[in-house]
Amino acid sequence: MQLTNRRKEVSHKEQSIAEKIYLPAILKGMAITASHLFKKSPTINYPEETRPIAPVYRGQHVLKRDDNGAERCTACGMCAVACPAEAITMESAERKKGEEALYREEKYAAVYEINMLRCIFCGLCEEACPKEAIFLTDRLVDTEFERGDFIYGKDKLVEKMTERIDVSKRQTPEVLEFKKKPGLKHNELFDSSKQLGKGKKH
Amino acid sequence: MTVFLIYKAILCVLIFAVSLGVAAYATWWERKFAALLQDRKGPNRAGPLGLFQPLADGGKMFMKEEIIPNVSNKFLFILGPSLFLFLSFLTGVLIPWGKDFTYDGHALALQLTDINVGLLYILGVTSIAVYGIIIGGWASNNKYSLLGAVRASSQMISYEIAMGISIIALVITAGGTLSFREILDTQDAGLANICYQPLGFLIFFICALAETNRAPFDLAECETELVGGYHTEYSAFKLGAFMFGEYINMFVSSAIMAGLYFGGYNFPFAKEFYHMIGLEDGSAWISLIGAGVYLIKTFIFISVFMWIRWTLPRFRYDQLMNLGWRVLIPLSLLNLAITVLVEIFIRGTIQL
Repeated sequence: MQLTNRRKEVSHKEQSIAEKIYLPAILKGMAITASHLFKKSPTINYPEETRPIAPVYRGQHVLKRDDNGAERCTACGMCAVACPAEAITMESAERKKGEEALYREEKYAAVYEINMLRCIFCGLCEEACPKEAIFLTDRLVDTEFERGDFIYGKDKLVEKMTERIDVSKRQTPEVLEFKKKPGLKHNELFDSSKQLGKGKKH
Repeated sequence: MTVFLIYKAILCVLIFAVSLGVAAYATWWERKFAALLQDRKGPNRAGPLGLFQPLADGGKMFMKEEIIPNVSNKFLFILGPSLFLFLSFLTGVLIPWGKDFTYDGHALALQLTDINVGLLYILGVTSIAVYGIIIGGWASNNKYSLLGAVRASSQMISYEIAMGISIIALVITAGGTLSFREILDTQDAGLANICYQPLGFLIFFICALAETNRAPFDLAECETELVGGYHTEYSAFKLGAFMFGEYINMFVSSAIMAGLYFGGYNFPFAKEFYHMIGLEDGSAWISLIGAGVYLIKTFIFISVFMWIRWTLPRFRYDQLMNLGWRVLIPLSLLNLAITVLVEIFIRGTIQL
């Protein structure tokens, strides 16, 4: 039975003179290495150059603020439920008087942590979020020296007012339409007649 | 006399500095060239194109912990690398880098000294260089070091024979002189010696690879079998001295090959060229251009050494000895016989 067509007949024939003095073979080998002198190196000088990545690349998360700068997250826990890697944990708190500018709704996430070592960057949290609060961005997660440093709290996740992050690439009309689908869990729990991203009165 | 002494002192320092600089930058070029052959980038962090890499490497070598094993013979342990480095500098003394020039009525040579048994001196010094290795390997009191040293010395001794015989053939073609400078000058008027001695050059080249312990003859330090070979126990600058010595050896033997077989500072139509740009005989510019040409030839040979290193796999030890004793020595004897016959019957330079 023939498994592959790579079988070779082995023979013990004497070496020819050209093979015995090895010089032709050596020159051939040197020609091969010399030809590589003129080939382009595929190396990317990492910190200075980066690989081109897709505009919808799923990298480090961001917790968005709304246009007035209030945090959108209401600590509903949909993302934590949706997360297949169980990387997200949060603690909710009630908004006090005078904090209206900080948090958009009466409830907010006092603690919001994502374990970046657990996260598989699948984007299900973003899909599950009814408040358009969490998004994956095209940023890469930094390297750290300690395991504990990979648990990102709100200090790293919440968008800074001075450097807003554009996630419009991930909010195409198709995506917004998809989120209204009745089959999705958050649409069953919340009133699906309300417009998404507009904020919901309790 | 004072002019002569000051000139020699300057030249001495200059050649010392150039040898050190070339050896340092040979390490950089080795890494860069290997990277180019393997489609990599090579060192490119320290300075533009990684040009400060040798400085960083040297700094590292100085800063490392200096370990002298308890069981080693301390005097010999230190003597080994010192001797190796010292002897590698000694071979560079004879190389004539350019033509003589006149300054203030004094004829000055771009060469430290010319002795009439120059080639014998070079062969002698390169064969003493094996002492540095064998003393270092022996004093380490380590099996691997000793094996590496034994390998290195037996290899150097066996290839020296073929090298010596191919040099005899060269000396016969060059008219019976052993002086380095005179051999270079015979190539000024006529063809370079490679045209008369192609086989001799091939033998000399292979032997030079073996003498400098370069791949594919680097059995003395093959890490898969011998950890580090004769410098297993060495650290910090003593290790650096061994490595430096190797690169200087490579530089010097490249220069010797470029000189003996490829005309050194001579190049085709040199006289016409100098005449065309209006330089008179004895001008220092002629010496400088010659030195530049010589350095370029040397650089090409160093690159070929590296090219071979990054192409060919290492020999097995019995293959190495077979090649030395059963191929190269008979071949060099054949080359000698052919040379003598050609000199007697065709060129007629030897009268019977």
